Amino acid sequence: MSTAPVELDRPDAAEDVRPDRPWVAIVWNDPINLMSYVTYVFQAVFGYSKKKAEKLMLDVHHKGRAVVSSGTREEMERDCEILHSYGLWATVKQDV
Amino acid sequence: MNGGFSSASGGRVCLRMGGEEASVVRLLVGQLLDLIGDAGEPEAFEGMPDLRLSDNTEVPEDPVLARLFPDAYREDQGASAEFRRYTEGSLREGKREAAETVLRTLGEGGKVYLDADQAQAWLKALNDLRLALGTRLDITEETLEQMRTFDWDDPRNAGYAAYDWLTYLQESLVRALW
Repeated sequence: MSTAPVELDRPDAAEDVRPDRPWVAIVWNDPINLMSYVTYVFQAVFGYSKKKAEKLMLDVHHKGRAVVSSGTREEMERDCEILHSYGLWATVKQDV
Repeated sequence: MNGGFSSASGGRVCLRMGGEEASVVRLLVGQLLDLIGDAGEPEAFEGMPDLRLSDNTEVPEDPVLARLFPDAYREDQGASAEFRRYTEGSLREGKREAAETVLRTLGEGGKVYLDADQAQAWLKALNDLRLALGTRLDITEETLEQMRTFDWDDPRNAGYAAYDWLTYLQESLVRALW
């Protein structure tokens, strides 16, 4: 058993360590990917209904980006990797 | 131009493409394969690297490669580099396989039936082709507007014509798969 001092490492005040902050995968707008294709990919990758997939696609198109899924960091990196395989411009970040 | 994809029985899709169009696709896919390159020369024995790990951790300089292999984190270079190290090799391999499936199934053109996996490969490869050509042509929302009034017989517009045709092809494949 360790006899190390009881002084614990304190997280940096600027570092947000709330464990309940999920990670998100974001898809960004680009002028090349087709609206029909992006909708199709959201359905194929996430199993979303056509209605939900179309809404997300329109968010990407009109707002420049949309959060398309959320979960653990590992899950979001996996989603991002799959979206890259379809040529979508996807990134990962921790939700704010 | 005629041709394109349509639904066929048994979850397949049917592609009709003339010989001239098929040679354009083969040319572009060949260039895409050259650009994507292979996974790199693996070291023999010593150090024995995982073949799927990439030595490359920075976003490629070439704008087409940067678009095909984008950063996964916008504000964290370290995390982007780590992600790239673990995913770029398999991403590259997937793109290669899709492009090679296109070449293998297309042949000289004509009437071609694709199963579900082959259709997915075409879908991804056509998109990669459009990303590559569109990035080279510097396609923007404005360009797409201008293309409506292009004189398609002007040879200077050959790149845009090819892009427009690939767009039509991809759109027809998405419709056939839905």
